[in-house]
Amino acid sequence: MKPVNQHSLPGADDITRVVLPNGTTVLARTNFNSPSVVIGGYLPCGSLFDPDEKLGLADFTAGGLLRGSEKRDFQQIFNDLESAGANLSFSAGGHTAGFTGRCLSEDLPLLFDLLADALRCPTFPSAQVERLRAQFLTGLAIRAQDTAEMASLTFDQIVFKGHPYARPDDGWPETIQAITRDDLADFHHTHYGPRGLVLAIVGAVEPKTIAGQVAEVLGDWTNPSQPELPALPELKPLKNSVTRKVKIPGKSQADIDIGTSGPRRKDPEFMPASLGNSVLGQFGMAGRIGEVVRQKSGLAYYASSSLSAGIGPGAWDVSAGVNPGNVQKARDLICNEIARFIEKGVTEEELADSQSNFIGRLPLSLESNAGVVNALMNIERFDLGLDYYRCYAELVRAVTPEDVLASASKYLHPDKLAVAIAGP
Amino acid sequence: MTDAYQEHLLANGLKVLLKEIHTAPLVSSWIWYRVGSRDEFTGHTGLSHWCEHMQFKGTPQFPSSVLDRAVSRDGGMWNAFTYFDWTTYFETMPADKIDLGLRIEADRMVNSLFNEKEVASERTVVISEREGSENEPYFLLGEAVQNAAFRVHPYHHEVIGDLPDLKSMSRDDLYGHYRTFYVPNNAVISVAGDFNTGEMLARIRELYEQIPAGPKLTRLSRPEPSACGEHRLTVEGPGQTTYLDISYHAPAASDPDFFPVMVLDSLLAGPSSLNMFGGGGISNKTSRLYRSLVEKELAVSVSGGLSATADPFLYSVMITVHPKRKPEEALAAFDDEIKRIQNELTTVAEITRAIKQARALFAYGTENITNQAFWLGHAEMFAAYDWFLTYLEKLARVTPADMQRAAQKYLRPQNRVVGTYIPIDAEVQA
Repeated sequence: MKPVNQHSLPGADDITRVVLPNGTTVLARTNFNSPSVVIGGYLPCGSLFDPDEKLGLADFTAGGLLRGSEKRDFQQIFNDLESAGANLSFSAGGHTAGFTGRCLSEDLPLLFDLLADALRCPTFPSAQVERLRAQFLTGLAIRAQDTAEMASLTFDQIVFKGHPYARPDDGWPETIQAITRDDLADFHHTHYGPRGLVLAIVGAVEPKTIAGQVAEVLGDWTNPSQPELPALPELKPLKNSVTRKVKIPGKSQADIDIGTSGPRRKDPEFMPASLGNSVLGQFGMAGRIGEVVRQKSGLAYYASSSLSAGIGPGAWDVSAGVNPGNVQKARDLICNEIARFIEKGVTEEELADSQSNFIGRLPLSLESNAGVVNALMNIERFDLGLDYYRCYAELVRAVTPEDVLASASKYLHPDKLAVAIAGP
Repeated sequence: MTDAYQEHLLANGLKVLLKEIHTAPLVSSWIWYRVGSRDEFTGHTGLSHWCEHMQFKGTPQFPSSVLDRAVSRDGGMWNAFTYFDWTTYFETMPADKIDLGLRIEADRMVNSLFNEKEVASERTVVISEREGSENEPYFLLGEAVQNAAFRVHPYHHEVIGDLPDLKSMSRDDLYGHYRTFYVPNNAVISVAGDFNTGEMLARIRELYEQIPAGPKLTRLSRPEPSACGEHRLTVEGPGQTTYLDISYHAPAASDPDFFPVMVLDSLLAGPSSLNMFGGGGISNKTSRLYRSLVEKELAVSVSGGLSATADPFLYSVMITVHPKRKPEEALAAFDDEIKRIQNELTTVAEITRAIKQARALFAYGTENITNQAFWLGHAEMFAAYDWFLTYLEKLARVTPADMQRAAQKYLRPQNRVVGTYIPIDAEVQA
């Protein structure tokens, strides 16, 4: 059986990257193994622009883009999409609004047309806005009952206090109620434009013609009013550990979320922290955390850690779902593991396991068109270089146990942890 | 993509299905056992699923820590699933590493330890899994509806099992289940990906053919009698949101009627994806129920689901009721749509559209080796792989008259359970 061919990974020689004169960046890679195409992209229209009293505005706007345009009403948009077996959807995060779509390759011109239509000339019909509002409000009512989501949301409020990342992108019931139809139209008018728009296309497409196809629908789009993203304030680290509980009566299970903030994606500590996080609560059946909380103690069906580095500092946290009577026990076990991780780091053997896992799983994460679209967007968003995935193994192998220990002790402190608990 | 695959039966009764796909340097290998929650008796519900958990607890050759570490080091993805009709384990690995997956499955078909201490710690893990599900209103409602729909057939209990059984079952119950059902003559191996069929078959023979066959197994057969009236039930629980689960007794996957019901689902609630891994779905905003429920502001979402099962299970429509509406209003509008599809012939154009959607979903699923190996084996659990290969053709043969007949036969009130989840702290709304 043959070894993995490095050149099945995307690289500068098989990624097309074109920047259109209006600032739109197009990335594409061909895959004729399946007769379909996946697109993905983003533009700088995230919730960082939301005023506090209208939090959720960016997400509401993104959700409204397919509710009607100057060319098509809601049913026409979805009739065109669904009749082709295609899909397209929008949502907003903190920095960007993003979209993802998929179709048979024969329908790509249609998908591009619908995408351009949604981005350029949405009309936000009042009746549709009200329907969407009811859906968002129901989503928030469901969120309020979800122990894992509420633990995570509360965790962010502790760790990112005074920073925009403390705010949930989907807002609160009262802020969603406060948003008007005109707010959506204004937000779109001001913020949506071609500058900073990134579009990745992977599948049965000819790379030579793809930028031309995009230019046809988006090349003449301009918006001189597009503002710069507001600067992120400095995050003030926690001075001591903070615990907060959210009571959700009637639930059978509680969720806990423990940790702090980690590096940004572009920080040099990202890769060591990422490998350290794998040892802590990812590797195999969730690393050391899974071993003590699930395997040895039988306390939880899920227990793991995550590191969500982005443009700014992300959360570095351990989460688990446990019986309400076991919260304290699980919390103690998790805090002990975090303390051990900060003090002693990882062994050479543990690090080698995770390095091998990171490198070995790359072909699997890049087998599908959607996987490659994500890779291309990562490359662009974090300026990683077109050959990033070809150099990836080298970057992973270069990390030493000392690097991991340094990154762990830089970000994590046993007496400065946020602890969020949501349950009955 | 080609449909070419090979099928072999080993001397011990193990069925082997192999499909070469050279689009990515990956291989996905699955082993399937014909045992699931429908083989469990009262007092032993959840046995198959817990047994699946114990399969990750090690053998003398691969103790649990070694097992997990070995697969993860190689960048593999592995997991297991238990369903009504089957239990399955898979490894998707870089092509040059798949041998490990094959060795693990051959080993744990016979040598799993079911250590007493591990059984004790996994008992609370499984209970925790159940408690996590109980946090979800849809789980609570679905469990009650399923229970009401099946008085006789063992599809009446959830795969996870009931709490008293999870508390009382013993190591011997688990081990007995394992030794009875985990035999080659009750199993299927499906492998898809970047390999050479001859080499792969030789290796599978080498690893598996010496495992002795077990006694012939007879499956518990307790067909559900015809429903003779509508059941209605309510489940009360925390929250602010009201949900409806309307479930009709539906044909088994091998029944020719399965296909018209699949097209009915597509027209009513939008196309359902068959893809277990990857692929994504298609939205349902032009479906009949979306237009009559969500567009009319009686609901905020609607979805439909028909499972491919060995025996007749349920076709379920789930509705999240609009916060300003009552469930009775949503149900009345739903019933109007059901009457319409029973009374008026659908058009050929609507069916053609459903086929195009199914074709697209199929194409999306082919990008993923794991998904392809999954279907190679899964279809064997209720029919044969040919069921999957000819799926689009069978959908394309459905006529408007077939759909009307299926709608009249299956979507009758007498054939359904209507469950309503009532949030107990909801404000009274006009």
